[in-house]
Amino acid sequence: MMTAQNLDALYQEIILDHYKNPHGKGLRDAFEAEVHHVNPTCGDEVTLRVHLDDGVVADVSYDALGCSISQASASVLYDLVVGKPVDEALALHEEFLALMQGKGEVEPDEDTLEDAIAFAGVAKFPARVKCALLSWMAWKDATVQAGGNDA
Amino acid sequence: MTTPTLPGLLPELEVVRKDFPILERTLAGGQPLVYLDSANTSQKPQVVIDAMVDHLERHNANIARAMHQLGAESTGAFEEARDKVAAFLNAPSRNEVVFTKNATEALNLLARTIDLGPGDNVVITEMEHHSNIVSWQLACERSGAELRWFGLTDDGQLDLSNADQLVDENTKVVAFTWVSNMLGTINPVADLTARAKAAGALSVIDASQAAPQLPVDVQAVDCDFLVFTGHKVCGPTGIGVLWGREELLNGLPPFHGGGEMIETVTMARSTYAKTPHRFEAGTPPIVEAVGLGAAVDYLGHLGLDAIHAHEQAITGYALEGLATVPGLTVLGPTDATQRGGAIAFELEGVHPHDIAQVLDSRGVAVRAGHHCAKPAHARFGVQSSTRMSSYLYTTPAEIDALVEALEYTRSYFKLG
Repeated sequence: MMTAQNLDALYQEIILDHYKNPHGKGLRDAFEAEVHHVNPTCGDEVTLRVHLDDGVVADVSYDALGCSISQASASVLYDLVVGKPVDEALALHEEFLALMQGKGEVEPDEDTLEDAIAFAGVAKFPARVKCALLSWMAWKDATVQAGGNDA
Repeated sequence: MTTPTLPGLLPELEVVRKDFPILERTLAGGQPLVYLDSANTSQKPQVVIDAMVDHLERHNANIARAMHQLGAESTGAFEEARDKVAAFLNAPSRNEVVFTKNATEALNLLARTIDLGPGDNVVITEMEHHSNIVSWQLACERSGAELRWFGLTDDGQLDLSNADQLVDENTKVVAFTWVSNMLGTINPVADLTARAKAAGALSVIDASQAAPQLPVDVQAVDCDFLVFTGHKVCGPTGIGVLWGREELLNGLPPFHGGGEMIETVTMARSTYAKTPHRFEAGTPPIVEAVGLGAAVDYLGHLGLDAIHAHEQAITGYALEGLATVPGLTVLGPTDATQRGGAIAFELEGVHPHDIAQVLDSRGVAVRAGHHCAKPAHARFGVQSSTRMSSYLYTTPAEIDALVEALEYTRSYFKLG
């Protein structure tokens, strides 16, 4: 149970904006790996493709079904990692993971996480952490399959 | 909140609600609890809580083996619970009531022990809970039997148009839910058991959603096996029931091996007890059985016919209220007399998780997701849904609170 105040902490405007107008949504053709991840408890799912080019995340394309948190999270992921060197993107993944698993105790760094800091409020709701992590876990999986770990 | 009165509500509803201490509590921000998740688990009346505490405080001992006064008292209480459940189901014999961990274990017990082989088939339905799907999938994979299922009509009923092709001379089991946990549909169980019988197949009824809200009479529906779980009928978690015809239960091989289920054991081989002990290996959930016994007694005092009338009145009122919310679509039958008290719905533009979260901020507890019925959702092209489920303690004012909270959800997500 949470109060109306907590509700606003969970559903930051940034999250609702990304939910209504997701960035980079849709599956695109150039890719080295495609994965399909589901959240078995709620049925949320994402199909996600990764295109790497010369050590850089050239594209992340995705098709997702799920709640506002999981949809907004995929959109924010797209904004953050596309165009970045793979190792830098993987470091961002670690940072986002630490934020989400931090039970609300981790102070996010806006300089690196940008819009993803809006998810700090989600970390206080254990039931919703998996929603926020769905596309990020899918991206890590696809990136490893695409050989991105060797970059 | 004003409390509208409806024909069919339980008499003295406010007094009945006082039997459930949890309904008095408030949530964060001082909000009253509006509990509309009873198809998930029901709340517990004081009499069940007291029966369990009293057993633990005064009568606790292991059963059927302790040669002392407490052992005799504990055994007596456990076996009395069996009598109460037998009466609750109108079972011809107390030996036909087997205590399990839950309904899922009861279904798995049947799927594990009923003899199946290549050429046989098992018929289920597309509206089953996963426990009545996966257990038979596993049984068919192990045995080489074929799994078949009744489809659903667009209005959420079982499609019986091809019943004669589905249930044939090779059908060994017809397993189906009495009341759908997602669509709310009440199935024609007596018709289905008759079809099974005519084909020489065993009928298995999942009464997990029916037992809380309908009179269940195993002789009237003429089934071979029926399962339900304790925690949805005001009892505790950790206990379920398998009812089966005595001669059929005694014809099944044991499920779990261990203490209490044997006649005699040598190092080379063992012989087995008859039902119900045949299927109750090890120390059973004793205090949970005592709680379940108190729970079915409590339901009996209120009267299952009265509870059913209450559920129908509340369900009808809820269907009317939900129909006023723009963009809301109810899944399953929209005639309250044709359905149980679980109502799953979609709200255009808002995901069920987000709905449940916003409702929670207003103290309204519902379930969001696939409700362990993914195939039924897929049948209607829905990934997940929000489900409100009422019970004997639900008031019309709580339905009003739900409808109001749904309106708030729409405004929160800026829908028109």
